[in-house]
Amino acid sequence: MSVDNAYAVELKGLTFRRGARTIFDKVDIRIPRGKVTGIMGPSGCGKTTLLRLIAAQLRPHAGEVWVNQCNLPQLSRSELFHMRKQFGVLFQSGALFTDLNVFENVAFPLRVHTHLPEEMIRDIVLMKLQAVGLRGAVELMPDELSGGMKRRVALARAIALDPQILMYDEPFVGQDPIAMGVLVRLIRLLNDALGITSIVVSHDLAETASIADYIYVVGDARVLGHGTPAELMVSEDPQIRQFMQGIPDGPVPFHFPAVDYRSDLLGGAQ
Amino acid sequence: MKRRSLLERVRLLGVSGLAVLQAMGRAVLFLGHALIGRSGTRNGFALLVKQLYGVGVLSLPIIIVAGVFIGMVLALQGYSILVDYGSAQAVGQMVALTLLRELGPVVTGLLFAGRAGSALTAEIGNMKSTEQISSLEMIGVDPLKYIIAPRLWAGFISMPLLAAIFSVVGIWGGAMVAIDWLGVYEGSFWANMQNSVSFYDDVLNGVIKSVVFAFVVTWIAVFQGYDCEPTSEGISRATTRTVVYASLAVLGLDFILTALMFGDF
Repeated sequence: MSVDNAYAVELKGLTFRRGARTIFDKVDIRIPRGKVTGIMGPSGCGKTTLLRLIAAQLRPHAGEVWVNQCNLPQLSRSELFHMRKQFGVLFQSGALFTDLNVFENVAFPLRVHTHLPEEMIRDIVLMKLQAVGLRGAVELMPDELSGGMKRRVALARAIALDPQILMYDEPFVGQDPIAMGVLVRLIRLLNDALGITSIVVSHDLAETASIADYIYVVGDARVLGHGTPAELMVSEDPQIRQFMQGIPDGPVPFHFPAVDYRSDLLGGAQ
Repeated sequence: MKRRSLLERVRLLGVSGLAVLQAMGRAVLFLGHALIGRSGTRNGFALLVKQLYGVGVLSLPIIIVAGVFIGMVLALQGYSILVDYGSAQAVGQMVALTLLRELGPVVTGLLFAGRAGSALTAEIGNMKSTEQISSLEMIGVDPLKYIIAPRLWAGFISMPLLAAIFSVVGIWGGAMVAIDWLGVYEGSFWANMQNSVSFYDDVLNGVIKSVVFAFVVTWIAVFQGYDCEPTSEGISRATTRTVVYASLAVLGLDFILTALMFGDF
């Protein structure tokens, strides 16, 4: 059992496979409480899968997922839905409900999980939207918002119930520099102001390193390394160095595995 | 093309058989989770009304238009056959029995699969691909209760009503053609119909058929949407599967139900 209160999330010996492919092989990760933790790694290494494992949307083949002293894979379906009220997740696409306007999207978790009067729901929604700078957009529908605005509305919805753990799935992908700057500032600000635990899954090095207190680098179905951004920057590990410095070829090869180039070309001619 | 050995073909047959059985198992669990247990949401009735509008009310135009035309065609065809035997006044009986026993439930089932079923699959598939279903799970709301259950109940409730409306407007269309156009005597048209149509044998059996079709078509539609691969191609394939599977299920079950209800075993 996990008893260490310093960690909001602990993954112990986590193994997850898709078909014959092993995505994670006995991975151990500990997410410190009240901090911003980055989970980084090359595209396709399973970062989003890791997020879904933490949120128990996927069940691991082996290992434990401890969140606030509960081992999630052992919980029943109804217990899981109850547990998830402690989570807030910002999906890559925002995942706003397309048939509801901005106000109703943010009010949704409050309406389904609380018995608050309408006036109070309105006040909370406006406060959350004010925090993300979109109080003026309450009447808009999701298809009237830009990509960056959608993510900010989704962020307001994710913090509507004041979650203990906030997870961000690739928050910086496809954002213009202004929207990116706004998101970076918001993630740090919300973490510090609300005292929550933030997990940022991303491959955007500069942005993640600028806000994360601690970073895990994953790849090859395992944790390649972990430490503060400053520690990882000076790491001597070739895989960490390749990722942190953006070197195109190295332990993670530039070429997808293939037969010998010369024999492939000559074989085609024959 | 690569030639496969006999053993390999048998293996592939086994693999696809297992995949079908797994999908059926998932579909049964899916239905159980969606319909059994507490709804978990306070506004369940409002969600149901919204879906009844989308699935039922919006299907009315196609059901009414199709019903009128099919009733009209039945009267025309029936008249042209019956008039040779001097039984033109029995056309009302023929139109009513055909619609109540067979065409009402079956054609409504087929049209419902094409209009409402495909829309349900595409809508749920799109929700999946845009992570709205994942988002609901993360908010702590069970999508099977919030998204699926109201759609299932809306289909179960609305399709038998649509089938009844189909039969009514079909009979009305048949009457219009037979009485106003072909000149069948109005009194014998309705009297023959009233004398020959039995509430238990014809009307109730037709209603039972439409309830069964509603259950199967809606189940297939929502399951295909929920189980689809969350890509444009996956949604497109799932929508096609809904229409094909639901239509075949309606036709196959119609034969079985007809044999049970009207066959002399």
